Formats: sequence, C-alpha cells, structure tokens
Amino acid sequence: MKILVLLKQVFDTEAVIKIADGKISGDGITQIINPYDEFAVEEALKIAEATKGEVTIVSVGADVEQTVRQALAMGATNGYVVEDAAMTDVDEYSIATILSKAIGAMQYDLILAGWRAIDDGSAQVASRVAQALNIPLVNLAIKLDVADGKATAVTEIDGGTATIEVPLPAVVTCQKGLNEPRYPSMKGIMQAKKKKIEKVGLGALGLDASAVAAKAKTLNIYLPQTRAAGKVITDEPAVAAKEVAKLLREEAKVI
Amino acid sequence: MAKGIWVFAEQRDGKIKKVTYELLSAGRGLADNLGEELCAVLFGKDVAGAAAALGEYGADKVFVADNEKLAEYTNDAYVNTLFDLAKANEPNAILFGYTASGRDLGASIAQRLETGMFSDCVSVKVDGGQLVFDRPLYAGKAFVSASCPEARPVVAAMRPNVLAINEPQAGKQAEVVNVEVSGDIRQVIKEVAMAISSRPELTEASIIVSAGRGVKAPENMKLIEEFADSIGAAVGCSRAVVDAGWYPQAQQVGQTGKTVAANLYIACGISGAIQHLAGMSSSKCIVAINKDPEANIFKVADYGIVGDLFEVVPILKEELKKLLA
Repeated sequence: MKILVLLKQVFDTEAVIKIADGKISGDGITQIINPYDEFAVEEALKIAEATKGEVTIVSVGADVEQTVRQALAMGATNGYVVEDAAMTDVDEYSIATILSKAIGAMQYDLILAGWRAIDDGSAQVASRVAQALNIPLVNLAIKLDVADGKATAVTEIDGGTATIEVPLPAVVTCQKGLNEPRYPSMKGIMQAKKKKIEKVGLGALGLDASAVAAKAKTLNIYLPQTRAAGKVITDEPAVAAKEVAKLLREEAKVI
Repeated sequence: MAKGIWVFAEQRDGKIKKVTYELLSAGRGLADNLGEELCAVLFGKDVAGAAAALGEYGADKVFVADNEKLAEYTNDAYVNTLFDLAKANEPNAILFGYTASGRDLGASIAQRLETGMFSDCVSVKVDGGQLVFDRPLYAGKAFVSASCPEARPVVAAMRPNVLAINEPQAGKQAEVVNVEVSGDIRQVIKEVAMAISSRPELTEASIIVSAGRGVKAPENMKLIEEFADSIGAAVGCSRAVVDAGWYPQAQQVGQTGKTVAANLYIACGISGAIQHLAGMSSSKCIVAINKDPEANIFKVADYGIVGDLFEVVPILKEELKKLLA
C-alpha cells in the first residue's frame, strides 16, 4: 500500500513568540514535526509494515528538509518537498492547491495528516486537499483500520465518537490517542541520510505564484495583552477558599 | 454580487447547539451593519421544527434541508448540499462554529468554493465594508487580524463561548426555504457513541475545573469530577495527567489539546507550562490552586490560592455550591 503523509514543520511548543517587522520571528526557534503529523507518520509506518507498502512524506516550504528527514529516520521511504521562492503570499487555499496538484501526479492509496498544525491551528489543509482531489475525507481519527480497499476510523466528534468507513483512496486526519510515535533509531537516522528527498518548484507542477495566491490576507499580527497576575492568597485553606468564593461572586462576577 | 451573512446552524438530535445562537447574535450585527440579510442553514433529519428558534435569535431566513441522508453528519452529504445552496445564492459570508463538524465542513466548502477561511476566530467586525476576523496563532501566544478582500463567500469558524448571545425575540418569524440534498455519500457511519455524561462539553463549558500533576493519582480525579459536577462545570486536565494515563486525552487543555475560553477556569494542581497557558489564557477569570507559590500558573491567575488542592478543593466546592444554590 502506498501512503502519503502531509507533514508541516512548526515551531517547538516551548517557543516564546516574538514579532519583528510585523511578522512572527523564527530567530533562535527550534523547528519540529507538527506533533499531530507525527501520529500520521507513525500510523503510516504501521500500515506500511503490515502491507509491505511505502510511505512518502510530502511537505511544502523552505528549509523543511531537516524535519522531513526526521520522518525518514522514523522509517518513511522517501520525501517530496515543494519549495519555490515565489511562494510568499500563501494561505491554506494556496497550500492545499499546491499539495493536491503534486499529489494528483502520484500513486497513492491513502493520505494521512495531522488534524491541525499547532502553529496556525487552522485545521484546514487536509480537508481542502481531500476536496481538491475529490476523495473522501475522515477527520480526527483515534483508531484506524485499513483493509479490503476501505479505511474504517473511530473519530472524535463533539461529545463522543463516530465510526466511519470510506473507500480508498481517502484522506484521514490523525488525533492524539491514535498511537505512540516511535523515536528514530540510530540505524534509522543513518539510513535516512541516504534516502531521497525530491524537491520541486511551482513550475514543475504547472503552477505559478498567481495560481496559488492567498485568498486570505493578513492585516496585523500582534501579541495578546499579558494577563496581570492577580491576587494571591496565602491564608490557610478554609479562609483562602472562602475569600476566593466571595471574590468570584462580588468582584469577578462569574459565579 | 455576493450578499447575505449565513450561519450554519449546528444541531444534534434536533437540538440546536449554543454556538449557533452565538453566531446568529454576532451575524445579526454584521448583517445590519452591511445592510444584508441574516440567513441560517439548518441540515439534519426531523429538524424543521428547530427553524422557529433560529428566527427568534435573529435569522431573517432559514434554509432547511430535512432529510434522512443528513441524519448523521457526513462530509459528502453536507458539503454537496451546502455547495449547491451557496452556488445558487452567493452569500457574502458563511459562519460556522469551530467544532468537529464545523471545521470539517467549513474547510471543505471553502476549497470547493475556492475561497479563504479563518479558523478558531475569537472576534469578527465590519471594517471598510469587509469582515475582519481576529484569531489566535500558536494557541494564543500571538493573534492575527485578517480579511478575505476578494474571494466570496468568506468562510469562518468562530470559537464557541466567546460571542455574546442576544435575547431571543419571542414570535419573530423567519422565512423558511426548503432545500434538496445533493450528491453521493462515500462516508458510511457505522456507529455513533455519545459519551454518557451530564457534564458540559469542554469547549462549550462556561466553567471548567482542570487538574494537573498535583492530583497525584488517577483515583483523585474523582475529587475534581465531584467539584465540577457540584457547580455544573466541565472537567479538563493538563498534558501531564493525560501522559500519565490518569484521564482521557479528549479532556486535555493546551497547545496539543483543546483551546478553551471559559468564564471561570479553576486550575487545580497545575504548574502552568507555556503550552497549557496558551490553551486556557483566554478564559475570563482564572483561579489557581497550587502548593508551589512560584508556580507559573500564578502569573496568569486572577485569584491564586497557595495551598494543597486536597485541602482547598473540598472547601471551595462547598462555598461555590452555597453561592450557586
């Protein structure tokens, strides 16, 4: 079985966000695989191991080779990266358009991705790719079985779960709880160095900057107002709890 | 020309979700500002009766697709039906709740309509004839204001619990327009299992009682649950609690869990890692209970109690119960 994993490189979750020249500054920030995409990589590897298949990591952006290679070190077969200096003004529409164009020329049975990226939290790209490729979509899988040309997923819905079956090929997004991503082994890291990462520009996909220009436009990026530390009460528990209850009613007016 | 603010009315078993009333209340203001209609879009089975409430909460018109094929949410049935409806009517904007199905449907319809979408928005306003949305980046470590100047409709998914609900106008009627269901459905729903819980959902709850490593053992989650139940709150937890296997991942609050915006967030034994703070800092009022006076959580808490949660929680529970009685 041929499985594609959509992978996004994001800032480490420990990152403190700074703004410079109206943009988020990446200076001194450690880059990691989007944690939800790690679940997708792990699930793809498990399915590939069971079906003697292969896993291709697909990513978009500059300087993402390091994280793609990390997924290769986990055991993915090869990498594919779309990188083009003309991609300056992009949004979820742009990325989905690029990915679906690239994927449209590939062979695949299943596409896995994290359900959202922890940076923009927009949870759109995988759904958009399914739509652009006109293949079925299942979001938020916490359990996945692939057999007989079908994917059956237990998914998180608001207030419970739903079990959904779709014919392959399909896009399935991965939620925490699906699996425990493996760490790359030393052997895996050595092997990853030799694995191929194919790099293409927009032109090779028959696209240009105008075809993928963002629909959404950023007006302003800002930091939230820092919450001022409030009242800290160090009295004994009974007194402190009574005091806070009173403040919640009379001052904060939330009870 | 694109016209009309649309609100996707999410329901389960014919019961309209609270976020829908939040969207209608905000949508009413946007529609009035732009001199446009406010329309609700109601899909499901045996849901036509719910249209009246949508009118009372501000909708001028309700598009209703009441059909067996829409009984459970499927991406295909909902996207196909909404796509045809949007193509025929050319709305200016479609607003969803940032919920499991709102995200799924919103992103799919946005791509199908070749337009922009904003997710997890915490505010929306009209500026220069455009809808301008504010939304968090990095789970709230930064924010962005953005608009979709040309493509229509602009699609947005608004975070539940951040928009105020207007008083409904009893008897105000909306025009009802029946809609046909279109297209094939490739998703087969095998089973739906709703959690048997009387507690509110984490992302919709106005009060959340959340536990961290300080609860020490899984059996102590009962103390947190009892506290939550006594004040009608949802139960949340930190990543440490999930990683230790003490509580389900679905209840995790933070950058790799749920982002919440409660009226009152009570953090019990949570130290306040940056990832957790990102997920809960937009709550209106934060109470922290922690033994360590240096804990990070106190930097964002409105009210901090330095003490052992096992001593403080039972007393706070009784005090709050009294106030709510």
